Amino acid sequence: MSQQTELPELDSVGVLRYAWRQLTSMRTALILLLMLGVASIPGSLFPQRTQNPIQVGQFFKDSPELARWMDRFYLFDVYGSPWFSAIYILLFISLIGCVLPRTIEHFQSARALPPSTPKNLSRMEHHSTWIADGSELEAARVWFKSKRFRVLEKDGSISAEKGFARETGNLFFHLALILVLLGISFSSLFGMRGEAIINIGERFVNTPTSYDTLTYGKLYKDGNLPAFMLTTDKFDAQYNLETSAPEDYTLDISLLREGGSVVEKKVIKVNSPLTIGSTRIYLQANGYSPVVTVRDSKGNVAFQGPVPFLPQDSNLRSIGAIKVPDAEPQIGFVGSFVPTYVRDPNGGGALSAFPKALDPRLLLAAWAGDLGLDSGIPQSVYRIDTSDMLQVGLKSLKPGEVFEYPGGSIKFEGYIQWVNLNFVADPGKNFALLGGIVAILGLLASLFTRRRRIWIRVGTQVEVAGLAKNDAPGLDVEMEQFVRMLKGEK
Amino acid sequence: MSRTWAFASNYLIYSAMAVYTLAFLAHAIETAWAVKVPNDTTKTLDYTRTEKVARIATAMMILGFILLFAGVVTRGISAGRVPWGNMYEFSITGALAFTGAYLGALRKYDLRWLGLLVSISVLLTLGTAVTVLYVPSAPLVPALKSPWLVIHVSTAIISGGVFLLANVIAAAYLYLDNMETKGERTAWAKRLPSLEVLDQLSYRLVAFVFPLWTFSVIAGAIWAESAWGRYWGWDPKETWAFITWVAYAAYLHARVTVGWRGRRAAWLCLLAGSTFLFNYVYVNIWGTGKHTYSGL
Repeated sequence: MSQQTELPELDSVGVLRYAWRQLTSMRTALILLLMLGVASIPGSLFPQRTQNPIQVGQFFKDSPELARWMDRFYLFDVYGSPWFSAIYILLFISLIGCVLPRTIEHFQSARALPPSTPKNLSRMEHHSTWIADGSELEAARVWFKSKRFRVLEKDGSISAEKGFARETGNLFFHLALILVLLGISFSSLFGMRGEAIINIGERFVNTPTSYDTLTYGKLYKDGNLPAFMLTTDKFDAQYNLETSAPEDYTLDISLLREGGSVVEKKVIKVNSPLTIGSTRIYLQANGYSPVVTVRDSKGNVAFQGPVPFLPQDSNLRSIGAIKVPDAEPQIGFVGSFVPTYVRDPNGGGALSAFPKALDPRLLLAAWAGDLGLDSGIPQSVYRIDTSDMLQVGLKSLKPGEVFEYPGGSIKFEGYIQWVNLNFVADPGKNFALLGGIVAILGLLASLFTRRRRIWIRVGTQVEVAGLAKNDAPGLDVEMEQFVRMLKGEK
Repeated sequence: MSRTWAFASNYLIYSAMAVYTLAFLAHAIETAWAVKVPNDTTKTLDYTRTEKVARIATAMMILGFILLFAGVVTRGISAGRVPWGNMYEFSITGALAFTGAYLGALRKYDLRWLGLLVSISVLLTLGTAVTVLYVPSAPLVPALKSPWLVIHVSTAIISGGVFLLANVIAAAYLYLDNMETKGERTAWAKRLPSLEVLDQLSYRLVAFVFPLWTFSVIAGAIWAESAWGRYWGWDPKETWAFITWVAYAAYLHARVTVGWRGRRAAWLCLLAGSTFLFNYVYVNIWGTGKHTYSGL
């Protein structure tokens, strides 16, 4: 191979230049592009931490050895993995290295005139010739002007060129992709995303501690959280009576902004989030919170209030846990809430027949012992670790009913609904959108513009010829029109 | 009232299937007769013998298209929304888009030879739709209630129809190319366009529809931003839409910049098209994620 013999003569600059040329070559770009496609596949086959952390946890539980190995290759974080990043960063470097010189070149040539008419037109395509009557050059001049060709007239010949928009569009398309990437990076630096479950009627103050989960971009600080306060006033869910499928969700809230003295009434729906400055608030999920009162054996209240339960199916059968660490011994209730009670035909448990609360029930198992809250191991609020506890009772309650177990009682007061709100600041998204729009316009310009040259030379004979770049179709038709026009035919 | 419309829609779709079956039979007869044409040594075939039946076949395709169109529209009326809420509806609309792409291209190019493949694939799609995928007409879940449903899904379905047409043509290219390298085209295959025409045609279809696909993905991103709070989340559907986009981008680069033609380009075209099909079938039915509207 010839490169092998050349290599010893290359200094370090030469090697770098060689590497750069290789990286910015079209072939490399094409390989990187296909690699990017292939590299995206595993993320759609294996659960990803960013989308489905629970499934990832399940995977680790089911086959821990395999999961550990897969984790080493970032197969649960494909789109943030070093190898995925490496591919797209190399691709974008290659893209920049390819597009920037071409942009400069194109910018310079945009002001240049077309090259002068070749000496021998008969060797070009679409060549034809006939006896001149003297008016052709003027007619061609007018025709080129009306069709907005760029022309160079010299020695009784015109060289005309059209279709610069092709390269312009092509460059804009690629530059726009860079803009999309910049938008995404900007958001990952200055963005924020948080979630909170809020019972209807409760107040949410926008501070870090109010969130259930909260992640910041690398340069986002606590102080960047906009100051506001909102109260969830009313939540309305409409369901299809035949299929139980949800048809509409509406959340009414009262909003108090920073420095504002007036409480604003706002509505959040699934497809219309609420915008507060750069933060948008989305309605993502909803469910039921049974309201209970727990008393100890002396009748003192040990716990009172709503407890959010997690929906398990489309009819909102929900599960949850009520933890009372202040009781002595500690009491925990593992519960399930069904909005419209039906008996499970197999097994005798409770099922829900409809997502609206038409005949609500709260099924509880009471446990006494150590809740394990002081062990330091983080616990789910929806589950109880009963390994150090003893079951002391089991009961199904209608609203208003009381369940008395050895050492205390619990009253099912009723239920309220909760909503899960997503709070998102994504400051780069408008750049990404702009990039997307420019990319489409550039694409259209580059795919549907035909670049071609047409020449005419008039002496005693008229000679015309044309040349289409990239095998663009349609020049034959255009040349035919041109010739007919010159000959004065319609 | 809505039930009447739903029944009407079902009848129209069954009628369309019957008509497509006739179109398929007519195309099959056309192809079979062409094979039997004798005196193949002249290399020019006697087109007049099959001309009449071919015309009948095309007429049936048009009639099937009209019936299917009516079926899709009445389905929409019965649900009081655009008919793109579940996989049954995606499939009947997709079949409509595919026939539409074929009939549209037929106006410009002589593609009647493709009719056999088009009619059988539409029949299979509709057959699967009415037997496996059928769900009763119903309103939409809240996340789908958006004007973007019309924009995002219609462009995705049209893109899909044209991608698949380009795929069929690329497959025909490979088949005929294989035949030519082994020797001569068989009698019936001689009626098909030259390799060069097929090559150009599949490229033009892709080049024509790639911007539309790009638009569809961006429209989906805008919608996702308002419905789910993020415009891109590597949901399986999004991932595969991205893979399809990347694959067709590679195809266009390979053709325009590197100058790939013929076999290699056709294979790349098939690869890109199969990522679209995979997305439609696998992710809709077995996939997880937020795009699970198949209703299955």
